[in-house]
Amino acid sequence: MVRMASAESFVLAIGTKKGLWLATSQDRREWSFTGPHFLMSEIPSIGIDTRDGRTRIMVGVRSEHWGPTVAHSDDLGATWSEPEQGAIKFPEDTGAAVERVWQIYPDVASRPGVVWAGAEPISLWKSTDGGEHFELNRGLWDHPHRSEWGAGYGGAAAHSIVVHPAGETVHVAMSTGGVYRSLDGGSSWEPRNKGISAYFMPDPNPEFGQCVHKIAADPAVEGRLYAQNHHGVYRTDDNADTWKSIAEGLPADFGFVMLTHPRREGTAWVIPLKADGERIPPNGELAVHRTDDAGSTWKRMAFGLPRGEYNSVLRDAASVDTAEPAGVYFGTRGGTVYASADEGETFREVAAHLPDVLCVRAAVVAGA
Amino acid sequence: MPDIAVVLPSVLQPLAGGQSVLTAPADGPVTVGKLLDAVTSDFAVLARRLRDETGALRRFVNIYVDGDEVRRLQGLETVVAPGQEVLVIQSVAGG
Repeated sequence: MVRMASAESFVLAIGTKKGLWLATSQDRREWSFTGPHFLMSEIPSIGIDTRDGRTRIMVGVRSEHWGPTVAHSDDLGATWSEPEQGAIKFPEDTGAAVERVWQIYPDVASRPGVVWAGAEPISLWKSTDGGEHFELNRGLWDHPHRSEWGAGYGGAAAHSIVVHPAGETVHVAMSTGGVYRSLDGGSSWEPRNKGISAYFMPDPNPEFGQCVHKIAADPAVEGRLYAQNHHGVYRTDDNADTWKSIAEGLPADFGFVMLTHPRREGTAWVIPLKADGERIPPNGELAVHRTDDAGSTWKRMAFGLPRGEYNSVLRDAASVDTAEPAGVYFGTRGGTVYASADEGETFREVAAHLPDVLCVRAAVVAGA
Repeated sequence: MPDIAVVLPSVLQPLAGGQSVLTAPADGPVTVGKLLDAVTSDFAVLARRLRDETGALRRFVNIYVDGDEVRRLQGLETVVAPGQEVLVIQSVAGG
């Protein structure tokens, strides 16, 4: 559904190393902020759920001292609720404890109340009550590959969840482990990494073990997904059975972000970093790159972005909204957040000097 | 029956109904783990701040018994007696 910017408002949620900031806007140019919420806790994950006629903001909260939890607000952050027993906790028989909630992902409108989450240690979770209580996905937790999955620099987590509107297909990406696919709603899982390189392993083309940084689905082409890998940018047209490189035309194939358009076929955004060993924008020039033809060509977009930027953009520190034209948002580890109301053609700085930005989410809402 | 007191840092007191000290009656020595079970029985969120779902004390939560941090004693199996005071103090951590 196309949402018109003139009839509705926008919410921008910025999760940082030391708290959450929320902003609302009528025009995506001027923003009114509240925060910090959860001061001194990191906010690595945010989900904005606009289904069921309400706006629910769910956040993964993690204190270095007091551990992780999940909280939600139905009044744009005026008040927060936290289930007494915790929204996400491992069953006793697993002997595991949640370290950090990396992803909160509301399902499609036809499955109201369903929210998915990805966590560290590598685990997938599903809620059917709007994100108040989650159940561990046993199919992935008990997968025989588990003992061979590894940890990236930031920890070992399921960080990307792609749920397809029709049918029972779910894709999960983890670092490190790669892409796994379920065709039965999450009961069983198979690795789907053919064509994605793992240059850091003895066999650079293993069945699994890739360090996929982010995946996103093309909304208009069933079976098409895009992946930003730990070096490598890829596309699949066959539901992840095979992947092929679409990195040609980019200044670097490293990065963390992968965004897709809410409706339009073939449109995706990445924010390249120079290399694994040099995690800065190429030449210190921050830019977003967009493809409108599924990765055949890329367009560099930096209008409104600074030159001389040496901070990276993390995998979840970027988002699109569902307006027309779509808004694009991202934040840096230097605490600056940029917003574009025209699909990346021009950016404006909307916040600066915040703590490291870990997660950015934006949504079109009614009556904010 | 005498009590054993658990003193909370100010940041956790809102999770204990605003109380700075929680007490549990004890007619003899108990382990720190059992003591925490008792004093947090009505405060589930507070319990999760101190220990994870496996029951382990969170890494940067320190519990002192008569001036000794329990990790240098017997951890959550450290025994405390009625009349003793148990302090919960967060580590100096973060940046």
